Amino acid sequence: MTRKRLATAWLDGCSGCHMSFLDIDEEIIQLFDRIELVYCPLMDFKTIPENIDFALVEGAVSSQADKEEILSLRESSKVLIAFGDCAVTANVPGMRNQFSVMETLSRAYIENSASNGILPDSVVPKLMKYARPLHEYVRVDLFLPGCPPPAGVILSTLSDLIDGRPPGIEGKTRFGA
Amino acid sequence: MRYPAFLQKIADRADVQPVRVLTFTIDGRMVSAREDETILSVARENGISIPTLCHLDGLSERGACRLCIVEIKGSAKLSPSCVTLPRQDMEVITNSERVMDYRRKILELLFTERNHICSVCVSNGHCDLQALTAELGMTHVHYDYLHTKQVVDASHERFSVDHNRCVLCQRCVRVCDEIEGAHTWDVMGRGHLSKVITDLNQPWGESITCTGCGKCVQVCPTGALSEKGKSVAEMTKKRQFLPYLKLMRGAEIT
Repeated sequence: MTRKRLATAWLDGCSGCHMSFLDIDEEIIQLFDRIELVYCPLMDFKTIPENIDFALVEGAVSSQADKEEILSLRESSKVLIAFGDCAVTANVPGMRNQFSVMETLSRAYIENSASNGILPDSVVPKLMKYARPLHEYVRVDLFLPGCPPPAGVILSTLSDLIDGRPPGIEGKTRFGA
Repeated sequence: MRYPAFLQKIADRADVQPVRVLTFTIDGRMVSAREDETILSVARENGISIPTLCHLDGLSERGACRLCIVEIKGSAKLSPSCVTLPRQDMEVITNSERVMDYRRKILELLFTERNHICSVCVSNGHCDLQALTAELGMTHVHYDYLHTKQVVDASHERFSVDHNRCVLCQRCVRVCDEIEGAHTWDVMGRGHLSKVITDLNQPWGESITCTGCGKCVQVCPTGALSEKGKSVAEMTKKRQFLPYLKLMRGAEIT
């Protein structure tokens, strides 16, 4: 049996959804008999591969780099999953949306800075005006809410997708769960 | 007994002539009702569930959230069941695809108006708005968020109000007026820029009418009103007092 190609991505989020994924514990061994990880922030992939079966995308779209990543993932993926509240609603990253980018940056890098406080001007991707959920940029095939989605739901969703069943997530996770 | 204006006329008439009983159908089921009962109340008596947000047993109806909309045969518009009275032979449908679709849209629009971030909210896991997302099967918000700038007023010594979480249901306004009798809370502004205020938009802590009873906090469906010192997911609301106080109030007046 050919293994399904899984990508996971980490945009503007805390990585908690990825941690929850790892929380499926030893089940991950059986799961990885059936999937091949082709792109993931925990591994050293430089570019987004083609022919992705399932893409789990954590985090909101906040910067130009996030936007490029999500557009590219959409192009390569058959099933794109908004993975967790930040991807579904913009969640905590979206709390900056009522302030300007400059207000947000100076809060972090100047007002609350113990050192001399300099705004980042290189390496760190430039923030866009709003942190937005994935579906405001690309078509999303499945919404998996939760902050983070419980490990069991991540496992059952992936298992259902691999087996070609419609993933039944109703009642198993919710916003803020 | 005090009713909102639209019901008062009927209530007054009931003093001089007995209340009539009528029959109509909800989702094809024949039900009977007093003519002064709302469709929502009759539905619930008959075990037919209609989602609500601004409604709370013990408070007057406001029709603020529109989540309880139902179809009435012969009428093109959808009617809020909490403020609509049945008529003889009326045919009410509570669960058509059209009704469910509009309810989800209304709920999504509530999410676009303010900053409802469940994961960092004091009421996470104990919130009527959050529960409705599951009940109505809301997967995500199809509309653009408005990113309105809202403030937090923590000037009261025991409570705080976070306007980011407010859905303008006006439960606080009603409980303060109808049960506590203080009418500290009211609403200012129009549309989504409306805001609940204390006194004449003074900081809550400086309100001279607030008795500090906390009823508003307990009836608030979301984390907009909370007790100080409560962290994420720690704010559970206690509403058991309401039917009892409502009963006592009624006894006092009549």
